Amino acid sequence: MRLMINGKLKENIGATTVQELLDELGIISERVAVEVNLSIIRKKDFHVFRIHDGDEIEIVNFVGGGTDKRKEQSA
Amino acid sequence: MEFTDDQVMRYSRHIILPEVGGKGQEKIAQAKVFIIGAGGLGCPVGFYLTAAGVGTIAMIDNDDVEMSNLQRQIAHRVDTIGMPKVESARNTFQALNPDVNIIALRQRISKHDILDLIKDYDVIVDGSDNFPTRYLVNDACVMARKPLVSGAILRFEGQVTTIIPGEGPCYRCLFEEPPPAGLVPSCQEAGVLGVLPGVIGGLQATEVLKIILQKGELLKGELLIYSALKTTFRKVKVPKNASCPVCGDTPTITELLDYDEDYCSLR
Repeated sequence: MRLMINGKLKENIGATTVQELLDELGIISERVAVEVNLSIIRKKDFHVFRIHDGDEIEIVNFVGGGTDKRKEQSA
Repeated sequence: MEFTDDQVMRYSRHIILPEVGGKGQEKIAQAKVFIIGAGGLGCPVGFYLTAAGVGTIAMIDNDDVEMSNLQRQIAHRVDTIGMPKVESARNTFQALNPDVNIIALRQRISKHDILDLIKDYDVIVDGSDNFPTRYLVNDACVMARKPLVSGAILRFEGQVTTIIPGEGPCYRCLFEEPPPAGLVPSCQEAGVLGVLPGVIGGLQATEVLKIILQKGELLKGELLIYSALKTTFRKVKVPKNASCPVCGDTPTITELLDYDEDYCSLR
């Protein structure tokens, strides 16, 4: 299967769901948000949301600092 | 309002721009901007907005200047180490432009005071480095219907988006809930290229001025992602999410949450 991931063509993708795709790419699902064809996929649907040949997928990293503590308030 | 001769000289490169002009410079002089964080992002945002002649700039931060800040937090200096960051930044900004009213708030922002703190301001800037604050600021701006220019940095990657409540998506439309505690590292843990906040903060300050001037196209409904290593800018379209818990059709978050307290109670 061929997918456009973050604007780049990726071929020979075997995954059939968003979660499988993230696993195949070695991405930890809790660290990203995912859009398929301009629709935001809710995290709880990653396992069931099916992807298809030609889909355009955006995988966006969480950036914004730690969550453990609020020692430093500013970046 | 009347500009003095010195002010006309100071802002001459603005005033000569057709998109700004004397009228636009007046709007800038009357604007009130609230910046969360006086660190990597807050320093360049505050610096440039001070230079631009924004009327009132409030900065809130609870930290003191440390040596490890100086690699990127350009408003602070060796001789302000140990001083509250907001005071250090205020000194620097006031020296650059005494016209600007700089309000230094040395405190942690919380769900109890954020709505009251931001209520008199036109634009809010998020330069925080942690998710509890980031979500609190997003939710408060949605509830108070305040324009928010959000920025984030880590390692070599930066993100910017402009949130106009009621018109476009909010931060939660894309990132519905904060990641589990400890999963996404902070700059302290993972590092950050010192120049990166300059790029992202510069973009944030530009968005603020466009909001004030009502000119150009905002980063509304778009997340701009900058890779310093690849020298690429990528725009990701973010649709308004009908099921967004704070700005969707049937919001489930109707009161401010403090994830900091939640995280602590979960541990």
